[in-house]
Amino acid sequence: MSLRIVVCVKYVPDATGDRHFAEDLTVDRDDVDGLLSELDEYAVEQALQIAEEADDAEITVLTVGPEDAKDALRKALSMGADKAVHVEDDDLHGTDALGTSLVLAKAVEHIGYDLVISGMASTDGGMGVVPAMLAERLGVPQVTLLSEVAVADGKVTGRRDGDAASEQLEASLPAVVSVTDQSGEARYPSFKGIMAAKKKPVQTLDLSDLGIEAEEVGLEGSWTKVDEAAERPARTAGTVVKDEGEGGKQLAAFLAERKFV
Amino acid sequence: MAEVLVYVDHVDGAVRKPTLELLTLARRIGEPVAVHLGANAEEAAKVLGEYGAVKVLAADAAEFADYLVAPKVDALQAAFEAVSPAAVLVPSSAEGKEIAARLAVRIGSGIITDAVDLEAGDEGPVASQSVFAASYTTKSRVTKGTPVITVKPNSAAPEAAPAAGTVEQLAVTFGEKSTGTKVVSRTPRESTGRPELTEAAIVVSGGRGVGGAENFPLIESLADSLGAAVGASRAAVDAGWYPHTNQVGQTGKSVSPQLYIAAGISGAIQHRAGMQTSKTIVAINKDAEAPIFELVDYGVVGDLFTVVPQLTEEIKSRKG
Repeated sequence: MSLRIVVCVKYVPDATGDRHFAEDLTVDRDDVDGLLSELDEYAVEQALQIAEEADDAEITVLTVGPEDAKDALRKALSMGADKAVHVEDDDLHGTDALGTSLVLAKAVEHIGYDLVISGMASTDGGMGVVPAMLAERLGVPQVTLLSEVAVADGKVTGRRDGDAASEQLEASLPAVVSVTDQSGEARYPSFKGIMAAKKKPVQTLDLSDLGIEAEEVGLEGSWTKVDEAAERPARTAGTVVKDEGEGGKQLAAFLAERKFV
Repeated sequence: MAEVLVYVDHVDGAVRKPTLELLTLARRIGEPVAVHLGANAEEAAKVLGEYGAVKVLAADAAEFADYLVAPKVDALQAAFEAVSPAAVLVPSSAEGKEIAARLAVRIGSGIITDAVDLEAGDEGPVASQSVFAASYTTKSRVTKGTPVITVKPNSAAPEAAPAAGTVEQLAVTFGEKSTGTKVVSRTPRESTGRPELTEAAIVVSGGRGVGGAENFPLIESLADSLGAAVGASRAAVDAGWYPHTNQVGQTGKSVSPQLYIAAGISGAIQHRAGMQTSKTIVAINKDAEAPIFELVDYGVVGDLFTVVPQLTEEIKSRKG
């Protein structure tokens, strides 16, 4: 039987751009270029490698987001994923991590899966909690923050490098996996891949297709509220000296003045 | 007074500093009740009590070490049900965030991660977060259920406030689905003897300018002269010069020490995201145009191979 892999990806504002909040204190996604979150490219890459090892596998790339989020799906398809599912609904605006994990869980179940793969965190919100939430909601093993991953004989194995120890993990499929940026460089889409992606199917689903009520998601349905967002004042310009042979000593004097020495 | 659950991060009963910071913050909201999973709860309770824990709910079981994350969620949920707290605070480690995330789903509560400060508010605790590579500070609240909040290290100075710290056994039943991910083996990291990166008061980091793994001892010597932790930029880590566990930046650790010294680091957004909230920032870089100099309190434009050793020697001689 075919190994059904669903890769969850996010369309995020470019981290090298000037990111802001919109008036309703959600992330401004209009005034800054968006793209497939860099950390999700690693998830697509590992899905492709697992699929290449398997006799028969199908990779569906899944995203929840506005119209433009299709760009992130196209990128993943051009890397080699087989098909895409886009959950798009005006009522999703302002959805927090709990809401997002609910939508993803319903969508993953709708698609059908043996393995769900995601990145370690998004590069905008950056909470890093959605994979664990997804495992909790789906009621399947959580095999997260892997820097190495393999699938064989209905099992997923991998290495999780923590601060205190490096752990070897093992779980039976179906399971939810997340991979870190240490899992292996993501491939660039080939010209052939980019052309082929244009013909690959992208299915659009809305909340009613997934049996989710509008009140469960969006800014109103959010479990958290941002009351204030203030731009951090620019750091006041400090002293910059050119080393004329005494740079190290000058720096030591500064540190002593600030009582670090 | 309302009780606040504090999840204890410890190594065999030795309580780690972020937990003491959590207890200190918890007292702004209510009475801290610590949740200690694993061995040596009695030993931990002495420290937890000293920093304000009125009670220590303790549970020890093989499942905590043998399976990933989920058994700890079962235990924290059991503590939640036993106490009905006003909030649940968890250290913002990778594992802490996952435990908090699953608990939030189970108890139907909102979650805030990576808080850098916490205050009591009329409508529940208000958490400050530093977002978009620390270019914004937000204040948020949980609006549904019991606030589950993970707090970053160095968010508060631990203050002693002696309380009873009475140990009570916590009964935990593990769900069938909580033993799905087996920890087959565990290789502890070798200790460097230096402070933990995210907890350190001073961090010294090296980047591309260090030029190779063989030159990192230069950074380490400077760090050791200050009792600091060692960090590295993504460029240095990707080049294989220093371990990923020491990476400071968006895809590595986010640090907020009293003093951050960047040597040979240009200061790309990727790196700034992980260190911009440091109190004092110092940089050494040969490129006067490097963006890192926009952040510094003190910068030296020069060759790190001469500036860093001179700095190290000068610090040593000043310290005598």
